[in-house]
Amino acid sequence: MPEPILTVAGVSKTYKNGPTALGTVDLTVNRGEIFALLGPNGAGKTTLISIICGIVTPSAGTVTVAGHDVTRDYKAARRAIGLVPQELATDQFESVLATVTFSRRLFGRSGHSDYIEQVLRDLSLWEKRHSKIKDLSGGMKRRVLIAKALAHEPQILFLDEPTAGVDVALRRDMWKLVHRLREQGATIILTTHYIEEAEEMADRVGVITGGKLLLVEEKNALMAKLGKRQMDLTLVEPMTAIPAALSDWPLTLEDEGHTLRYIFDAKAEDTGIPRLLERLAQQHIAFRDLETRKSSLEDIFVDLVGERA
Amino acid sequence: MNLHGIWAIYRFEMARFGRTIWTSLATPVITTTLYFIVFGAAIGSQMRGVDGISYGAFIVPGLMLLTIFSESIFNASLGIYMPKFTGTIYELLSAPLSPIETVLGYVGAAATKSMVIAMVIFATAHLFVDLHVAHPLLMLLYLLLVTASFALFGFCLGIWANGFEQLQIIPLLVVTPLTFLGGAFYSLDVLPEPWRTVTLFNPVAYLINGFRWTFFGQSDVSFALCVAVTLGFAALCLAAVVTIFRTGWRLKS
Ligand SMILES: Nc1ncnc2c1ncn2[C@@H]1O[C@H](COP(=O)(O)OP(=O)(O)OP(=O)(O)O)[C@@H](O)[C@H]1O
Ligand SMILES: [Mg+2]
Repeated sequence: MPEPILTVAGVSKTYKNGPTALGTVDLTVNRGEIFALLGPNGAGKTTLISIICGIVTPSAGTVTVAGHDVTRDYKAARRAIGLVPQELATDQFESVLATVTFSRRLFGRSGHSDYIEQVLRDLSLWEKRHSKIKDLSGGMKRRVLIAKALAHEPQILFLDEPTAGVDVALRRDMWKLVHRLREQGATIILTTHYIEEAEEMADRVGVITGGKLLLVEEKNALMAKLGKRQMDLTLVEPMTAIPAALSDWPLTLEDEGHTLRYIFDAKAEDTGIPRLLERLAQQHIAFRDLETRKSSLEDIFVDLVGERA
Repeated sequence: MNLHGIWAIYRFEMARFGRTIWTSLATPVITTTLYFIVFGAAIGSQMRGVDGISYGAFIVPGLMLLTIFSESIFNASLGIYMPKFTGTIYELLSAPLSPIETVLGYVGAAATKSMVIAMVIFATAHLFVDLHVAHPLLMLLYLLLVTASFALFGFCLGIWANGFEQLQIIPLLVVTPLTFLGGAFYSLDVLPEPWRTVTLFNPVAYLINGFRWTFFGQSDVSFALCVAVTLGFAALCLAAVVTIFRTGWRLKS
């Protein structure tokens, strides 16, 4: 029986002199889950996270974290939360150890703890613990922010675009770290622009755009939906209907019969393409050009919005 | 009560002061010395004392407050302005800290630093004049109250400010003139009318006179009135801080 750790109910936000950044959002995340919020720039991801963490005041709605209302019972709720912000905001003149200890204390825990050492070691920061933050590289600074967020042993960790501006190696490390944290019992909510990242990291994915949470699905179900590719064959002779000989494939005619379109599952063992091409040759259907492409995030949004409408 | 949280902010602020400790301490010593050379030795020798107090001793409380005002405002305002400026405020806003706890950390640290500087000025003054404080305990309490009030005021200023120049403009255009005009270096009794009456509308005059009373047991206006005005100012600043946090003004969108 999944136990909800985060409940967002009817939350909306309109910034003063600004747009409606968030429509009415309802969302439940269970304990131990890795949840990805997937959406383009300006979708409202940061706004939603900021409301949960107490940085932005919602225009309406309620948020409950670990059973505590984030406004009425804000202390208990916030003790359960760790936040790694999107922007690299650090105290440049502090040492790594000092700034992480500061975070732990700020959240109401004693600064003397072996836990801090463990976190710094996990993030490969222990050797750098006496370095000033200003002397670290950007990727290292992001790790420091993660260490700060973990310092008070939160139950739920928010990572706002953890891999923005991070190289491939560090990105891999980050993904490993997220999975390790989950093994230790943490719940993780992250935002990303990239389908691949949501796919790599998450158990469930919420797709958000224009302040609306369009859908929330198990990753596998979503990937089945999203992981489609499309192949377009530009025909020499336009067709009016699809020949019966090709009825094994879900084909459509586009562009007034000039294009034969085949949508297939990129992940499937057998895409059916070789057989399709063979059959076309047998039927003497000639084509001038062949193009395949992956559905982009934009396509998916268009599809999803279309489905809803 | 999140004592660890208050302690974290307090330590952080004290560490910031620690990085500039020598300039922080040398500045008041040099300034005080200059004031004593100018007002104490050069001009002071021409001035008769006030009610039997030598002019050099008379200006010590005003001199201390002049520095205290600007130090308390500067340190508390910078303390909260910097996180706003660098973006690290996110952590403060998402921490399990009540407004009072946050303020205790910042204002406590700023007040501590001001108290230390006040004591440095006090000690420096001893090099130049004979000083006997009539009510030492009251003097310390009064100093603490004034320091805390101005730190609260500075805290509001730091939240309000949208740029570094705004941080400096209020102390420069409001607090320093009011301090000079509030009798930091003269007795209100030497002022001709209507200036004496006008000065009685300057709240800083009461702060200075109240503090001077703790030194010499006498002042231009009644000590009770001075304490009342000082407490009133402290209450006003506290109310402002509480309101700011309650509404999230300039802190949360
Ligand atoms: N403080 C603010 N005042 C006014 N408008 C804001 C503020 N913060 C965000 N917005 C607006 O709210 C909308 C949602 O922004 P938000 O930062 O939540 O998006 P996001 O999904 O995090 O985008 P990104 O992927 O670029 O980080 C945007 O239109 C943005 O311009
Ligand atoms: Mg964002």
